[in-house]
Amino acid sequence: MELALWTYEGPPHVGAMRIATSMRDVHYVIHAPQGDTYADLLFTMIERSQRRPPVTYTTFQARDLGGDTAGLVKTTVQDAYDRFKPAAMMVGESCTAELIQDQPGSLAQGMDLPVPVVPLELPAYSKKENWGASESFYYLVRHILANAPADQIASRPDPADASGRRPLANVLGPTSLGFRCRDDVIEIRKLLNLVGVDVNVVAPLEATTADLLQIPAADFNICLCPEIANTTCKWLKRTFSQPVVATVPIGVGATLDFVREIQEITGIDASAALDAELSRLPWYSRSVDSTYLTGKRLFIFGDGSHVVAAARIAREELAFEVVGIGTFSREMARDVRAAAEALELEALITDDYLDVEEAIANAQPELVLGTQMERHIAKRLGIPCAVISAPVHVQDFPARYSPQVGFEGANVIFDTWVHPLTMGLEEHLLHMFRDDFEFNDQAAPSHLHAGEGAAASEAPAPTTADNPDANSPASWTPDAEQELRKIPFFVRGKARRNTEAYARDAGHPNITIETLYEAKAHYAR
Amino acid sequence: MSSATLCDIPVTLERGQREVFCGLTGIVWLHRKMQDAFFLVVGSRTCAHLLQSAAGVMIFSEPRFATAIMQEKDLAGMADANDELDRIVERLLSRRPDIKTLFLVGSCPSEVIKLDLGRAAQRLSVAYNGQVRVLSYSGSGIETTFTEGEDTCLETMVRAAPQTDEQQLLVVGTLPDVVEDQLERLLDACGITEAAGKLAFFPPRRAETIPAIGPKTRFLLAQPFLNATRRALIGQGAVHIPALFPFGVEGTSAWLHSAARAFDVRKERVDTACAAPVARARKALEHYRHTLQGKTLWFMPDSQLEIPLARFLASECGMQLLEIGVPYLDQQTLSVELPALPENSGIVEGQDVDKQLERLHQATPDLVVCGLGLANPLEAQGVTSKWSIELVFSPIHGFEQVGDLAELFARPLQRKLKLAV
Repeated sequence: MELALWTYEGPPHVGAMRIATSMRDVHYVIHAPQGDTYADLLFTMIERSQRRPPVTYTTFQARDLGGDTAGLVKTTVQDAYDRFKPAAMMVGESCTAELIQDQPGSLAQGMDLPVPVVPLELPAYSKKENWGASESFYYLVRHILANAPADQIASRPDPADASGRRPLANVLGPTSLGFRCRDDVIEIRKLLNLVGVDVNVVAPLEATTADLLQIPAADFNICLCPEIANTTCKWLKRTFSQPVVATVPIGVGATLDFVREIQEITGIDASAALDAELSRLPWYSRSVDSTYLTGKRLFIFGDGSHVVAAARIAREELAFEVVGIGTFSREMARDVRAAAEALELEALITDDYLDVEEAIANAQPELVLGTQMERHIAKRLGIPCAVISAPVHVQDFPARYSPQVGFEGANVIFDTWVHPLTMGLEEHLLHMFRDDFEFNDQAAPSHLHAGEGAAASEAPAPTTADNPDANSPASWTPDAEQELRKIPFFVRGKARRNTEAYARDAGHPNITIETLYEAKAHYAR
Repeated sequence: MSSATLCDIPVTLERGQREVFCGLTGIVWLHRKMQDAFFLVVGSRTCAHLLQSAAGVMIFSEPRFATAIMQEKDLAGMADANDELDRIVERLLSRRPDIKTLFLVGSCPSEVIKLDLGRAAQRLSVAYNGQVRVLSYSGSGIETTFTEGEDTCLETMVRAAPQTDEQQLLVVGTLPDVVEDQLERLLDACGITEAAGKLAFFPPRRAETIPAIGPKTRFLLAQPFLNATRRALIGQGAVHIPALFPFGVEGTSAWLHSAARAFDVRKERVDTACAAPVARARKALEHYRHTLQGKTLWFMPDSQLEIPLARFLASECGMQLLEIGVPYLDQQTLSVELPALPENSGIVEGQDVDKQLERLHQATPDLVVCGLGLANPLEAQGVTSKWSIELVFSPIHGFEQVGDLAELFARPLQRKLKLAV
């Protein structure tokens, strides 16, 4: 058994639901007990989906267990087919049904339905959501392509008469509940058009079963979300000899690499995309206002592909210092470990959010990039945070266009990461005016009447000095405490923590003004 | 479908896909109520995922609930699973020495593999030797529906309660503290507390101090889904005071009057004590009545609050009931509520969600009360909806909340009128 307070990923059948919900004409029947229908709300509430997920559950209860649960599966499959008339069905089970071993996939396959029936076996006690999504997408694509009559499957034009036509690409991986997939699909289409590549099929998001039959017509596949599409892309490479563009184009450097990779595979001239500076990120990052971003300490945690991309952007494109990096995804652990090694860090591979919280607290970053979990952790620790990866809440499905991939994605990322930090010019102003009587944390905002707001700003921030424990026996002398108050309030907490840590390590029982400045020198960079 | 008649109200039984939460959801409000208790679900990743999806953004600290996620190796042998559980509990309790009561909560997988959590709870209670009391109940979807998880939890607590011969009044069902305080003041003012000798609320705010129960205990239910709890209390000798549930002016007045009759308190005394809060509640209700009056209403089966709320919305807000879906119906618990419904209220027990939605679209109600999975798709089809989960998280009982309760239903209708997009 594994103790979980919060989980990064749901069970594998939720991954399968994401594939079914992404597709436009696939219906998924899950053999599952009453209550498992909660998963519908992930789509209808978090993603604000306007339709119910195309999923039917058997919702068995205890009284059904003594009876014919296999019969229940068949009735449910038949009713779902009759009602929804899908072009293909996926049939599987959730964790509880796995234990009663009705094998719903095989049962449904034996029913002679007039549409392809894809049985899903997703071991719920050893695997998780992204794996479930990846396998389901792979099973679906393979089943459709392997069972269709040859004349229904599109074939690739002979490369010999490729002259005069633009190369064709499939974009694989964008999925319902994926991070910014909706906008990434639009942005990747724009980018490919600019490069001179036409899009053949995007799947699974908004694809139909008929679209899947068109997949082999493309010259190559773009694995946009490796968590979802890696297995499928590998199979397509083996089966249809379609090369795979593996670089995920998040960040300016990765986007350029992505274009170069396409250039190599297709032989087209992509200089239009490579030579013009099409993102504002490079100039914004070079501009003097961004000087203050130099060496900002960053902690990055999330799924594999977004973390790896974020690490590169942080180091190469914003000149941040990555002080911690990790993923909850064991499937992506190798990629994240490699990225960590390049940064001379050890990757944190865990799905226990308490471990992540501890690592963040220890690393004392100035900005956290993560999922909704890290957003909550950062909020509790008083650290700015930007969300870069699923799982996310409703506010991370924004109304505005906000892709992550391509040149516009880089612009979005620049804004999203930089805004939580204090703006450069403002930081100078804060220093300049910090001794003004109006400008300190005791003063009420000038636009409020005297007295208003003072109560809020006087509320003491929780400090370790207020909660003495065995680990921080050092006590502040009044002089040092006075000196600490002269430090701008937004870095004061950190100064206090650093000084106390320094005093503890150095064995100083009392913190004097000397200790404060010794600590400042110690932690200077 | 089959039909039966209940207090002259036709009840249709339906079977099919049920779009409801399982009983684990109750942990979300039970752990807020009993702040010295920890809820450990023994289940799967699905259980953990459900809990955090249902709890959503509402709570995010280190919560007082968690899931012991069973893995492949746990399913191999029973002895293994018990050892694993002991190890998890040890880790948990060493992290949280403030925990005085630990609930082991059964789930679908733990029940299908017949993991005996009752015995595990006994074993662990002995092991922690009075430091921590370990209790167990089922929150599984195969045994419980949504609020029924509170019912099974309280049932377990009733069985763990000490005996007493003292006369007392017990108010049973989780209520927000603020509502509990209001009801306590009312019961005092009506002279009911004095006549009863003692007043206690169940569950208590600290699980450590479960109120004693005995043959001189009389109890009022504050929530309509406590069927097993009611039976367990009767089993301990306690006497149920049947009453309307304290929703709306009429429900709250009737609830107090029923208690008064049980303890021979004069009706006039209750009327006097209630006069001012009743006047306030009527005034508050008046703000929303014009919005709700004459509007048609449809309940999808969900929280099990449907019948008393339907009674309130029909009788005090003038709404027309088209269909009242309920996950299950206990006629004894609802013996006073059912006759208070308007004639020809269509009650449907159980669910076949697709058929129900077809009927709903035929009937075109002005407002649908439903779960989170259905609300946005209905809105997208132009059907105004009210999420039922808010009804279990918001204070809605008693006189002082009558206006708030009506407002919950009026808001989506008013919003629809305001929006020009």
